[in-house]
Amino acid sequence: MTTQSVKFRVYRYDPDKDAKPYMQDISVEVDTTTERKLLDALVKLKVVDESLSFRRSCREGVCGSDAMNINGKNGLACITDIDTLKQPIEVRPLPGLPVIRDLIVDMTQFFKQYHSIKPYVINDSPAPDRERLQSQEDRKELDGLYECILCACCSTSCPSFWWNPDKFVGPAGLLAAYRFIADTRDEATSQRLDDLEDPYRLFRCHSIMNCVDVCPKELNPTKAIGKIKDLMVKRIS
Amino acid sequence: MTKAIPVRKFDAIIVGAGGAGLRAALQLSEAGMKTAVLSKVFPTRSHTVAAQGGVSASLGNSEPDHWTWHMYDTVKGSDWLGDQDAIEFMCREAPNVVIELEHYGMPFDRNSDGTIYQRPFGGHMSNFGEKPVRRACAAADRTGHAMLHALYQRNVRANTQFFVEWMALDLIRDEKGNVQGVVAMEMETSEIVIFQAKATLFATGGAGRIYSSSTNAFINTGDGLGMAARAGVPLEDMEFWQFHPTGVAGAGVLITEGVRGEGGILRNSDGERFMERYAPNAKDLASRDVVSRAMVTEINEGRGCGPNKDHVLLDITHLDPEVIMSKLPGIREISIKFAGVDPIKAPIPVVPTCHYQMGGIPTNYKGEVVVGAEIVKGFYAAGECACASVHGANRLGTNSLLDLLVFGKSSGNSMIDFIKSAPKDLPEVAMADVERSVARVARLDNQTNGTNVNDARLAMQRTMQAHAGVFRFNDMLKEGVKKILEVEQMVKTTMIADKSKTFNTARLEALELENLIEVAKATMISAEARKESRGAHVRDDALDVPETPNGRDDANWLKHTLWHREDNRLEYKPVNLQPLTAPSVALKTRSY
Ligand SMILES: Cc1cc2nc3c(=O)[nH]c(=O)nc-3n(C[C@H](O)[C@H](O)[C@H](O)COP(=O)(O)OP(=O)(O)OC[C@H]3O[C@@H](n4cnc5c(N)ncnc54)[C@H](O)[C@@H]3O)c2cc1C
Ligand code: SF4
Ligand code: SF4
Ligand code: FES
Repeated sequence: MTTQSVKFRVYRYDPDKDAKPYMQDISVEVDTTTERKLLDALVKLKVVDESLSFRRSCREGVCGSDAMNINGKNGLACITDIDTLKQPIEVRPLPGLPVIRDLIVDMTQFFKQYHSIKPYVINDSPAPDRERLQSQEDRKELDGLYECILCACCSTSCPSFWWNPDKFVGPAGLLAAYRFIADTRDEATSQRLDDLEDPYRLFRCHSIMNCVDVCPKELNPTKAIGKIKDLMVKRIS
Repeated sequence: MTKAIPVRKFDAIIVGAGGAGLRAALQLSEAGMKTAVLSKVFPTRSHTVAAQGGVSASLGNSEPDHWTWHMYDTVKGSDWLGDQDAIEFMCREAPNVVIELEHYGMPFDRNSDGTIYQRPFGGHMSNFGEKPVRRACAAADRTGHAMLHALYQRNVRANTQFFVEWMALDLIRDEKGNVQGVVAMEMETSEIVIFQAKATLFATGGAGRIYSSSTNAFINTGDGLGMAARAGVPLEDMEFWQFHPTGVAGAGVLITEGVRGEGGILRNSDGERFMERYAPNAKDLASRDVVSRAMVTEINEGRGCGPNKDHVLLDITHLDPEVIMSKLPGIREISIKFAGVDPIKAPIPVVPTCHYQMGGIPTNYKGEVVVGAEIVKGFYAAGECACASVHGANRLGTNSLLDLLVFGKSSGNSMIDFIKSAPKDLPEVAMADVERSVARVARLDNQTNGTNVNDARLAMQRTMQAHAGVFRFNDMLKEGVKKILEVEQMVKTTMIADKSKTFNTARLEALELENLIEVAKATMISAEARKESRGAHVRDDALDVPETPNGRDDANWLKHTLWHREDNRLEYKPVNLQPLTAPSVALKTRSY
């Protein structure tokens, strides 16, 4: 076992006892053979200081719990290698959302926007006894869309979302909107486009691409947003 | 006395928003029942999201298949400990619930004719055990993610009411033992509330975190089992834990069996495909317990790989990179991130890793909790926390996601019937269980010295790993029982310094540990007592002789274990060998 000391600057705030947030300098020993991810180090940190609060679950990048701002960039702690990070590692909550405690933010607004795009297949035709058939090509259209883990790394790095979290759907929600538009089993494309035809809901996106840059699942919300815009243009002409 | 605790009333309460909880919720919401779903995490963060390989159903999209073959495989996989009524029910319902899921919008992969793509999986065979069959319906290697999101989305459509980041603390039973609901805590504020309903379902998932090395998430702490045990409900077959053959060595993260379904091969340090020796027929696609034991045997006999000879290799370098990219993209990602190898170029280091709990809260195939011959009124369980028992002594891959759908739905239906027949007004809540629950939290808030939560958890995990692993030994089990009872004493005196009321994760972890320890005790004590080898429970002193082939002793041990918390008493109940309509699958020695 080889150990390494990892230095941190962590955002701390417990409304029960702190008048305002502060940055805590702290370091922790990790076993470099088994504890290679940032989440491993945070879990170790929590052993030293149990009051440090953050969300985590799957520890393999699929549940979307441990999104945070790491050295200035949003990402998932559980799939970020400690090795790749400049120390002291500065860890902050996702920007733009209210902080509940330490690294835990209130995601209500983010999920509200997700829910606003009707995130489910709408198909009122009577279902056949068997599966609805879909060609391999049509199914392929969903790749790069359905894999979203709702971590919010993208939306909380998007300036348009920071300014209008209540009105702009944001990259995650728009990616989801396109996921259903692109699904040949969904029959509500025009209704979905109507709903997004709004100066804020869709058109606040100025293609700054921060969202693409941070998505831990390597998805491309900007591209999906572009496709929605294309469809809107097409239906006018 | 504590100040009055608020009571919220519903028709139904579901604790858990993984696949099982969400499937049940849908049934209830769409039937217009006032339903509350509680979850420790936002629904799509439940561990169903991590399931990779597939969900089984005899759709026969690529080659002939039949639910009776699926049933045969499941009984055989269970080493005949599964109840055949429940197994028939599950395998017969499978095509229906999978098609339903497709209609909900699940993005299954497709065959060229547009039907759902199916891949082979361990233990799933055609024609009563002849040769591997394509039965696992898949969305790449992200089947659980696709399924959980599709179910959540459908619940959004159905307007299901969620209580996100609420942790259920204890079950509430009245003087007659009928279930009235749960005591729960809002994690953000630490507020304690009574959730009362006519029907309560536990769908709290697994408890793999009792072991040091596990494919399970941090949140898989067996809360449903702990709550049931504290409320006097026994736990069934807890000695049976599945060790998945292919966890990434060191990290524990799972590599799906679908990798072997797509043609992956296990190799030892000689580069040998050793499974040919252990399972000449099914080879790398033999049942999980068989493969895990073969791997440990290879490692124990010095044919392990790496500097410490402590793992074997999973090789897919011979597969077309296109297939890897399209059918196993998530695996490639995991392998690069957690093993540091690109499986297109080099094999993945793997070891058997604790994965799945076959036992749980005893239910029938309708999801009703059953103790002895009695149904516990108002109480239901489904998914990994329940024991129907369809998985018996060893679960087949892809049968758990199926279990969630089938029994999530059937328990939802049972709850609807029960709610409709129950008196309209809810009775007064019996306070004894509520007070016990509040006292548990108060103890933590008042304790100023004692055991560190992390120390106690580590002691438990090390004990389980060392004393109740892939191979089990009489002496080790006996000592394991002693040790785990010592750890229980540590858990009783845990102390947290953090007394904050705001999102206190230290307190949550302490409460979770109180559930884990119940599961650990049940496991160790049940394992020590079962003097045979069956499925995932294998002990060295159970001899492979003609009377007890593979160490399985049907004359004495063809029965389910029931562990009672109050005095660690064990009780046994017969296995149901009688299916609902199909002929019984007769006892046979298991070989692949
Ligand atoms: C890595 C991995 C891969 C797998 N792959 C497959 C596969 O390919 N095919 C297959 O069939 N099976 C697979 N399995 C098994 C299968 O995924 C699980 O058994 C199944 O998903 C469990 O679902 P569940 O609904 O019972 O519980 P979970 O999905 O674990 O959900 C539990 C829910 O309960 C909630 N909860 C728990 N305690 C409390 C509490 N005290 N208060 C409130 N809420 C609570 C949680 O928040 C969560 O919402 C895999 C398992 C793992 C770990
Ligand atoms: S591309 Fe659009 S959605 Fe993405 S960060 Fe920029 S403005 Fe936001
Ligand atoms: S698009 Fe990517 S960054 Fe955004 S929520 Fe989904 S997974 Fe996270
Ligand atoms: S803990 Fe699940 S994504 Fe990191």
